[in-house]
Amino acid sequence: MQYLNAFWVGGLLCAIAQILIDKTKLTPARILVLYVVIGAALGAVGIYDKIVDYAGAGATVPLMGFGNVLAQGVKKAVDADGPLGIITGGASAAAGGISAAVFFGFVIALIFNPKAK
Amino acid sequence: MPDNKNKDYLNYIDKTAPKSPMLKNIALAFVIGGLICVIGQLIGDFYKKVCDLDAESAKTAVSVTMVFLGALLTGLDIYPKIAKYAGAGTIVPITGFANSITSPAMEFKREGLVLGMSAKMFVVAGPVLVYGITSSVVVGIIYFLYKVMIGG
Amino acid sequence: MAVRLGNQTMALEKNVSIINTATVVGTKESEGPLSPYFDVKMKDAEWGEETWEKTESKMQKEAAKLAIRKAGRRPSDIHCAFAGDLLNQCISSGFSARELGIPYYGLYGACSTMIEGLSLGALAIDGGGMNAAIAVASSHFCTAERQYRNPLEYGGQRPPTAQWTVTGAAAAVLEGGDCAPYITHVTSGKVVDFGVIDQNNMGGAMAPAAIDTLCAHFADTGRSPKDYDLILSGDLGKIGREIVINMMNSNGYNMNDNYGDSGCMIYDIERQDVHAGGSGCGCIAVTVCGYIFEMMKNGKLNDVLILGTGALLSPTSSLQGESVPGIAHAVALSNRPGGER
Repeated sequence: MQYLNAFWVGGLLCAIAQILIDKTKLTPARILVLYVVIGAALGAVGIYDKIVDYAGAGATVPLMGFGNVLAQGVKKAVDADGPLGIITGGASAAAGGISAAVFFGFVIALIFNPKAK
Repeated sequence: MPDNKNKDYLNYIDKTAPKSPMLKNIALAFVIGGLICVIGQLIGDFYKKVCDLDAESAKTAVSVTMVFLGALLTGLDIYPKIAKYAGAGTIVPITGFANSITSPAMEFKREGLVLGMSAKMFVVAGPVLVYGITSSVVVGIIYFLYKVMIGG
Repeated sequence: MAVRLGNQTMALEKNVSIINTATVVGTKESEGPLSPYFDVKMKDAEWGEETWEKTESKMQKEAAKLAIRKAGRRPSDIHCAFAGDLLNQCISSGFSARELGIPYYGLYGACSTMIEGLSLGALAIDGGGMNAAIAVASSHFCTAERQYRNPLEYGGQRPPTAQWTVTGAAAAVLEGGDCAPYITHVTSGKVVDFGVIDQNNMGGAMAPAAIDTLCAHFADTGRSPKDYDLILSGDLGKIGREIVINMMNSNGYNMNDNYGDSGCMIYDIERQDVHAGGSGCGCIAVTVCGYIFEMMKNGKLNDVLILGTGALLSPTSSLQGESVPGIAHAVALSNRPGGER
């Protein structure tokens, strides 16, 4: 059941983005920014975690999940460290994804060359 | 430069320009995006059941793994081929984030490893980090003030 | 000296001949319908070079050298090169000219560059200051993509209005003399901007400039579309071509029968998945120097009006919200001196 939920929720988030791309001429970069900010907002008020409970990876893999991780992280850090957590919380929680993207991006780019289309 | 006298022309080319095949695009984005999430779910369950990770660590491990796969498929010239059909289905998942970092890094390697590859790595993904982290700080400030007021 | 006709056109007084041409194209172009007319077909996008910028420069240099050789001349016989490309600071042309050792003027007219070069070369020869000139232009899909759009491996979708940048370079050797085909008229274009913002709809953005120059050419010369065997624009693509036919019709010019666009000719649009067609300096350049030159040489075409169209945008201007200005330059080619009937 979790797999079905992951499929349709994840698919739906992508389909909405596709509608935005085709209908509004918003560039993909703007849509990603929009998704991260929405994810952070939904995460801050605790709604996104409910979607994660329901859809699992269908909610964590799309970029909104990244926004949610940032928001959850900052709340936890504020609880633990007070005001300093405002600055450290988000990035610490997202450190895995960010460091992985930088490192793997670096290594892959060293190994492979772009191919002409 | 553009003004109202050209409005008719702009309307005319808007009308005549071929439109993206919306239904097909949306269906493909839905299916391929959904499948990428299912793969994420599979990897997460693998980490939880086989590697015995707790739920939080498994989530991070899934992100790291998906980012790796996105970067690798970009290097192998497979990701853009899927993306041609999937559109947002490959942009929105975290694999797309990896693609948006890896592709400029590869492309600008020829301008040097420091000022080319590394400097250009974030031309597409940079805004996501800037807005994401800035949002988290804003959330943090609001949450902190909220706690002070409730607790105070 | 050329004679001024109307507001924008010059009728050349001397016989300015295109004595020979050469073309270099990439793999996608050599799989297209115009393939038989191209001289050098690259096996890959690199042609033995480390970067695509170097490849593009080599393409220009080799096209120029081959055209000069085919014309039976030496580089020292050529008094001046008029060359351009799409890249910032015209590096393909500048670095190619570094090797050629021919006096060089760098041009930027976006995709209209080849026709700008033919115009200026012909006028310079007609003016008497030089007897032989070469016009060169190039574009390369990979160099253009990274400058104007996204990295090649970035996963994105191209909208159906998008055009595919041609990998191609072409050169034409011009000389005062009696060797058909001749450049008989030059119509200089104005920059026209109807406010199209969408940089993925170049055809729509450039069509008003094309129409402006076409109307000026017909008004200035007193000619009409039927005076030409072929009117060739490049590169408006499928969308721009239809706009031109429709709007020229409402201006009283019938272009239904003898009008083509290089963006629609260079690829098999459906089979090669190029959406609205080809674009880039190389598009009209290789079409004119390959196909048109051959067809005029063997007499299948005798009077051709070539209209080079360009979109004068940059990534910076687009980010700043500017619309896409268009330009179009026309040259009339004829197998008879002066195009006289």
